[in-house]
Amino acid sequence: MKNISLKRDLACTLLFTVLSIAVLGIIYPLCINAVSGLLFDSQARGSFTADEGGRPVGSTLLAQRFTDPAYFHPRPSAAGGNGYDAASSGGSNLGPTSEKLRRRAADEVARLRKENPHAPPYIPAELVTTSASGLDPHLTIPGALWQVPRIARARHISEERVTATVEANREGRTWGVLGEPRVNVLLLNLALDRQFGKAGQRAIMGDKRR
Amino acid sequence: MSIYGWAQIILYFLIILALTRPVGNYLYRVFEGEKKPLPRVLGAAERLAYRMVMVNEDREQTWKEYAFSLFVFSFFCVLVVYGLQRLQYFLPFNPQDFKGVPPQLAFNTAVSFVTNTNWQAYPGESTMSYLVQMAALAWQNFVSAGAGIAVAFALARGLTRKASQARGATIGNFWVDLTRSIIYVLLPLSIVGALFLVSQGVVQNIHPYREITTLEGVRQTIAMGPVASQEIIKELGTNGGGFFNANSSHPFENPTPLTNFIEMVLIFLIPAGLTYAYGRMAGNKRQGWVIFWAMAVLFMAGAAVSYYAESRPNPALAGLPLDQAAGNMEGKEVRFGVAGSTLFAAITTAASCGAVNSMHDSYTPLSGLVPLVNIMLGEVVFGGVGAGLYGMLIYAILAVFIAGLMVGRTPEYLGKKIEARQMQYVTAYILIFPFIVLITAAWSAVAPYGVSSITNGGPHGLSQILYAAGSAGGNNGSAFAGLNANTPWWNIVLAIAMLAGRFLMILPVLAIAGSMVSKKDIPPGPGTFPTEGFLFVVLLTGAVIIVGALTFFPALSLGPVVEHFIAHAGRSL
Repeated sequence: MKNISLKRDLACTLLFTVLSIAVLGIIYPLCINAVSGLLFDSQARGSFTADEGGRPVGSTLLAQRFTDPAYFHPRPSAAGGNGYDAASSGGSNLGPTSEKLRRRAADEVARLRKENPHAPPYIPAELVTTSASGLDPHLTIPGALWQVPRIARARHISEERVTATVEANREGRTWGVLGEPRVNVLLLNLALDRQFGKAGQRAIMGDKRR
Repeated sequence: MSIYGWAQIILYFLIILALTRPVGNYLYRVFEGEKKPLPRVLGAAERLAYRMVMVNEDREQTWKEYAFSLFVFSFFCVLVVYGLQRLQYFLPFNPQDFKGVPPQLAFNTAVSFVTNTNWQAYPGESTMSYLVQMAALAWQNFVSAGAGIAVAFALARGLTRKASQARGATIGNFWVDLTRSIIYVLLPLSIVGALFLVSQGVVQNIHPYREITTLEGVRQTIAMGPVASQEIIKELGTNGGGFFNANSSHPFENPTPLTNFIEMVLIFLIPAGLTYAYGRMAGNKRQGWVIFWAMAVLFMAGAAVSYYAESRPNPALAGLPLDQAAGNMEGKEVRFGVAGSTLFAAITTAASCGAVNSMHDSYTPLSGLVPLVNIMLGEVVFGGVGAGLYGMLIYAILAVFIAGLMVGRTPEYLGKKIEARQMQYVTAYILIFPFIVLITAAWSAVAPYGVSSITNGGPHGLSQILYAAGSAGGNNGSAFAGLNANTPWWNIVLAIAMLAGRFLMILPVLAIAGSMVSKKDIPPGPGTFPTEGFLFVVLLTGAVIIVGALTFFPALSLGPVVEHFIAHAGRSL
């Protein structure tokens, strides 16, 4: 044990700690900050998007709550107490034998049935299951198409036109294999507003539920 | 299941296979080669670092000195990470004004990041200041990964150095190995990778959380942070600690299928490359490929089972008017789907990474079993950076020993005799892990303060406990995250499990290295068991599976296995 020296190792430890915190903990992330601000400013800030009036309405990467029947609705969310809390991400963590999960899903089915009386009988399961982050911004194509009858009626337009908007916003698999085909709910709803007028105003005039 | 899902899994494996050799060559050059890459830039930085921390690059250490340096450094790091969390309120880069982290949670977190576990009993976006994330947690992501790589090279030197080249009984210098792993490997790759992640949408700023009004006029607060710079090293160093609570399922950490794929590649990049570097050190590349293929077989089996099982409907939703063609989507993101989620789960638990892009707690019983089994095999299936290689080499020694018993000769590995002393160390290494995991789990499963944290009834509750104990003991860090881990019992007991799972296991590894390095070489004879062919791959995977299965099968049968039958009997709890 003659070569073991606590003093020497403590000195190295202290110096290594100071140096590595400075380089890896402060300089490195701040440099990445600076460079990404120059090269990819919008992404580095959170990929925010704006409505036609230029008002920022959210991040295209994060789900937000939609309840208006004239909009596509995202998947249910377990983020935060009320869902869609972008400062409290997370999933339900309910397991495959969970009675709580079964009851929650049954409630969701009942609600979706009531809101979508004209939709096909089998509901895509993603619409009653919460995502891992609680902020999943996407729907699968079947998950979006299932909602088309409601939206077409709320906007007094044909289902074909809404379907066409879904198809136009479809994102495919990367390199033909990675991920799943999907649509971004916020971008899709902004596209609906652009093409068929803003949902809120129409709803105020025509829809008594609001 | 779809052809696309299988194609994604196969593509992933082929890319890892293709990268193993170049990465291995690079690692070999950095740690063992005469000419290091980019001497003008990286070499200069390396020499400057040695001068600043007063390390003599040419002075090698015995295994005891090596272990001592590692331990002194690690325990000091625990203090620093603990201190920074406790004091974060008074420190800069805290725009949300987070208060100091409570003592037990701060201790758990400090141990967790220093041991390369990254078990998280806290939600990142509502607990940790940007300073703690950058200068404590991401800092440890670098140095704890570097320490793991260092130990792997120390063991590899012990096994492969010929007695003629051995300088006394030394196995390298901890400070040199640590510095090299950061300067040549982790930092350059992180810089490039972080910028790529930002280009895809991963956020990178130090702004306060942003308040916006949504399209429907609701307020939404959106967490920000220097995420990309941490996300990249979290995968590359197989650390796994998420910036946000939802970890790599959060769109700000992992926004697209492409980032998902790259993150998965990064997790296996260094562990796979290390097998090849090891082969070169052994002077016979096939010695490295044997290790690689043993890992690959175990990995592919897990990935396939998980994808198959998870593509089935969720039993809890049986009977509802649902179209479950996409598989079990509870706790998964649409952009990854079942294939991208289960592949990530298999990778993150095979490697001791612990990042997650889906909630393992919500997996169907058999695909939830795969991550558990991966962890309980000791995370030697590629494994953590460094930890995977040294773990698998321990199993290689065990396999050689078993083969030696079968033919009745003194076992030898790479021309060095395996004797009673080495087998004692191997046995210690192999027994410590189940000891930690099973004691922690058993105690937690009977004590009211342990059981009160579970959030799923029946056997799934036991799975949550088993997963937590395994994840901590194995330094993985993923979770059946429903478990409420931020309690005094869980914070303390899991911190102890993490410390033991890291340092009590590194100790016999370094001891083996030290006791093997100066052994005389014996030329292979007719009784030598060849460790470079197909037969050894079979023997090695067999050793891993038999040890893991014998140890953990009883516990697993009471958790996921029982749950599988309950679920398929249509019961919910």
